[in-house]
Amino acid sequence: MQINIVSAEQEIFSGVAEMFFAPSADGDIGVYAGHTPLLSTLRPGEVRVKLADGDDEAFYISGGLLEVQPDAVTVLSDTAVRAHDLDEAAAIEARERAEKLMQGREADIDYASAQAEFAEAIAQLATIQRLRKRGGR
Amino acid sequence: MAAAKEIRTKIGSVQNTQKITKAMEMVAASKMRKAIERGLASRPYANKIRSVIGNLAQANSEFSHPFMEERPVKRVGVIVVSTDRGLCGGLNSNLFKTVLTQLKKWQGDDVEFDIALIGSKATGYFKRVGGNIVSEVSHIGDAPSLEQLLGFIKVMLDRHESGQIDELHIGYNEFVNTMTQQPVIEQLVPISRGEIERSANHHWDYLYEPAGEEVLSALLVRYLEAFVYQAVVENIACEQAARMVAMKAASDNAADLIDELQLIYNKARQAAITQELSEIVAGAAAV
Repeated sequence: MQINIVSAEQEIFSGVAEMFFAPSADGDIGVYAGHTPLLSTLRPGEVRVKLADGDDEAFYISGGLLEVQPDAVTVLSDTAVRAHDLDEAAAIEARERAEKLMQGREADIDYASAQAEFAEAIAQLATIQRLRKRGGR
Repeated sequence: MAAAKEIRTKIGSVQNTQKITKAMEMVAASKMRKAIERGLASRPYANKIRSVIGNLAQANSEFSHPFMEERPVKRVGVIVVSTDRGLCGGLNSNLFKTVLTQLKKWQGDDVEFDIALIGSKATGYFKRVGGNIVSEVSHIGDAPSLEQLLGFIKVMLDRHESGQIDELHIGYNEFVNTMTQQPVIEQLVPISRGEIERSANHHWDYLYEPAGEEVLSALLVRYLEAFVYQAVVENIACEQAARMVAMKAASDNAADLIDELQLIYNKARQAAITQELSEIVAGAAAV
């Protein structure tokens, strides 16, 4: 049974296995070759592949989709934890940036945040230097 | 010798510039290789998703989703993928020109548009020309993660879901080869059925866990996200390629400039020596 685990950024695993385990939406499932076609969402958790030589390989995934065919299993793994409110927050952020942009005040704000970051970095440097002096190095 | 000294300083400053452009060229070359690798690495995911959707379309003929339905177009959304930094030749301006042409066409057809921007170059440009900017992300770096784009994409997909836009397009640079980058505009939503490859005929359906509708919509959202991610990665490869070419041209120009200045410098030096000699000879003759 061919197993492919891919994420949007890279291919994670590709190979032949005897059995396959995954945390599907309605509970953990194990898949042997010859399984009925199945399409399922996955919860964050461990995906385990039992290779033909008896070895196990485990991957942590933060959710995604699972496609099972009689002779192949495909995991479309998410690279990030997906939760409705998390996605929502990111979307609101993108929208707000756009709104700020429309008001044409982005330059000022960038400047202010850069200055704040700069001050923070300087403070950190000062602390490190103080610590070094005390340590006699 | 005042003129000669001036020229020498100028040669020095051009040489410094040449050093910088050469270094940038080499950095861009190595970044380009990495960006291309990243683009290739993201391909299996998109292919797999496409084949799953293809299987789904095969298995279930009445399968449909808002992302797949054509509806009368009153307002469209456009995602513009640009770079964060300049010094990459005409890459961004070519893309913006292509996008503007398309926007004008829509305007002619009485179709309104919302703009979503990736990269600070697009931000700067569309802020100047105007337009309704609804979503923005910049400073995603040379190795972007999908996570950085999720919120950005969701804004546009939500707008489609709520009926604010009827179509979603994406404009980015396609990587043809190192010398050629092609600005393209492609339609994301509705997903054209031709896009989904149709494999062999079969008469089975999946078991769905949970309900079919939910799985399908998760699948389509991921497909669109993967599409945008690939466009972004490809655009980065284009950026580095364009920068490499631009910096190579700059280095060559600097070399030409140095040769020219060297010639002028030699002439000035010789003229000064000749003048000094003739002054000495004239002086000796006077005595």
